[in-house]
Amino acid sequence: MNVFEVMGPVMVGPSSSHTAGAVKIGYIARQLLRDDVANAEILLHGSFLATGVGHGTDRALVAGLLSMKPDDERIPDSFSYARDAGMEYSFGGVELRHAHPNSALLKLQGKNGNKLELVGSSIGGGAINIDKIDGLDANFAAIYPTLIIHNVDEPGHVADIATFLEKYSVNIATLKLSRDNRGGRAVMVIECDQEVPLELIEKLRQKKGILKVSYLSMED
Amino acid sequence: MKGMGIKMSFRALQEIIDISEKTGKKFWEVIMENDMNERAVSREDSFQKMYMLYEAMRNANDNYDKKLMSCSGLVGGDGEKVRIALEKGNLIGGPFVGETISKALKMGENNACMKRIVAAPTGGACGVLPAVLLTYEEQMNVDKDKMVEAMFVASGIGVVISVRAFLSGAAGGCQAEIGSASAMAAGALAYLQGADNEGIAHACAISFKNLMGLVCDPVAGLVEVPCVKRNAGGAVIAIAAADMAVAGVRSQIPPDEVIDAMREVGEQIPRTLRETGEGGIAATVTGDEIAKRVLKHTPIL
Ligand code: SF4
Repeated sequence: MNVFEVMGPVMVGPSSSHTAGAVKIGYIARQLLRDDVANAEILLHGSFLATGVGHGTDRALVAGLLSMKPDDERIPDSFSYARDAGMEYSFGGVELRHAHPNSALLKLQGKNGNKLELVGSSIGGGAINIDKIDGLDANFAAIYPTLIIHNVDEPGHVADIATFLEKYSVNIATLKLSRDNRGGRAVMVIECDQEVPLELIEKLRQKKGILKVSYLSMED
Repeated sequence: MKGMGIKMSFRALQEIIDISEKTGKKFWEVIMENDMNERAVSREDSFQKMYMLYEAMRNANDNYDKKLMSCSGLVGGDGEKVRIALEKGNLIGGPFVGETISKALKMGENNACMKRIVAAPTGGACGVLPAVLLTYEEQMNVDKDKMVEAMFVASGIGVVISVRAFLSGAAGGCQAEIGSASAMAAGALAYLQGADNEGIAHACAISFKNLMGLVCDPVAGLVEVPCVKRNAGGAVIAIAAADMAVAGVRSQIPPDEVIDAMREVGEQIPRTLRETGEGGIAATVTGDEIAKRVLKHTPIL
């Protein structure tokens, strides 16, 4: 752990894992949706379900979906902010397989029609992991600018995309590949040292065999 | 492939001390430089970031609302009670200890009431460090830079604990949360009182030995009972440990070995006593009743 993972974050209490981490999961989901949330189905797993209410996990997730950050003092009142913003939400429980005890499955619909299904877990001290996106393994910490690319599982995509990134001087920090055996789909998670230019993301979206490109920026 | 600098956490307090002795840099400076390397930032950036956290602690303390109660109704107002008692001269511990207890409770209550705090190292244990540090600054008349240096000392100790053991109640019981916060605070206080590297490490060890085995048993699974009051206890133990270390008292067991022992104890703490709310104080008859009442009032489904 880094010094500032031990000390900090500045957050609204009571729990770094059940409150701050939950806000962050909601916030990252909202970023990846690229749309204001119209409707959110929030399904809690494990300890999030068991003790989440007392820790404000429910209000924290909704706050994050409204783009609030973990130190936002409006978090305790996020339900009324959601009402004002015209965001509907519902809660439920879910049993996720092989998931961290502090996990949530979010099914989101945006005001412009964008859709996203995301599983995120709060792994301690306010740190999170995004486990799945739209049913496919993603597994990233949301601390770097991150590209998530769903593509048809066929050769060539990795090399192409690496070349693309190089052309735009984006340095790859980590690259993870996984595939969905059933559908012939694969997902590439690329953590980058620099922000990825929008122009490049648009180009990727138009490439043949690419099904979906999500991008998590670290800029506010 | 990470181009962000070298990731290298300290594995031992002795490692920090060795670097300090080899380079002639102070304990806190070794820790700050490690952060500068890891995040590839300047001295000013690193120092400033820590300063901001310290200021956030001060703001949180100043924003305490004595009338606020947590949603469950279990905690609130206690920090103010202690402050009043101190003002009236009714406390045994004197101004430093009394003020420390009051501030520790206030911060714990802030956290339970969903106000803004600084996790140090966690939300549950967020009262220990600000209680001793803010009180020290108020009463000992030191400059702010020195306080930020003490924050680095505390953080460095926390990094070692995170590598050798753990920092969460779910993983290692409350000794890993309040215990770690107290060890970090003890080291910071020892530094402020002029202890050398060895004194800092031994303050940390002595404090840990006093909280070893502390279980995590929150009523209804909430970070309220017994958490808030344990912040006061952890802070006072930090003062006692720092005082011993400054006086030259040494832990017979080397500090890094004490941290290892904390890990081993934590691994043996049963699941019921690791943040599940199923043992200890949580499992008392009254604890159980409270849990039923609280959870009934806030159904999620
Ligand atoms: S009892 Fe558990 S939840 Fe409460 S402060 Fe200690 S470790 Fe944290």
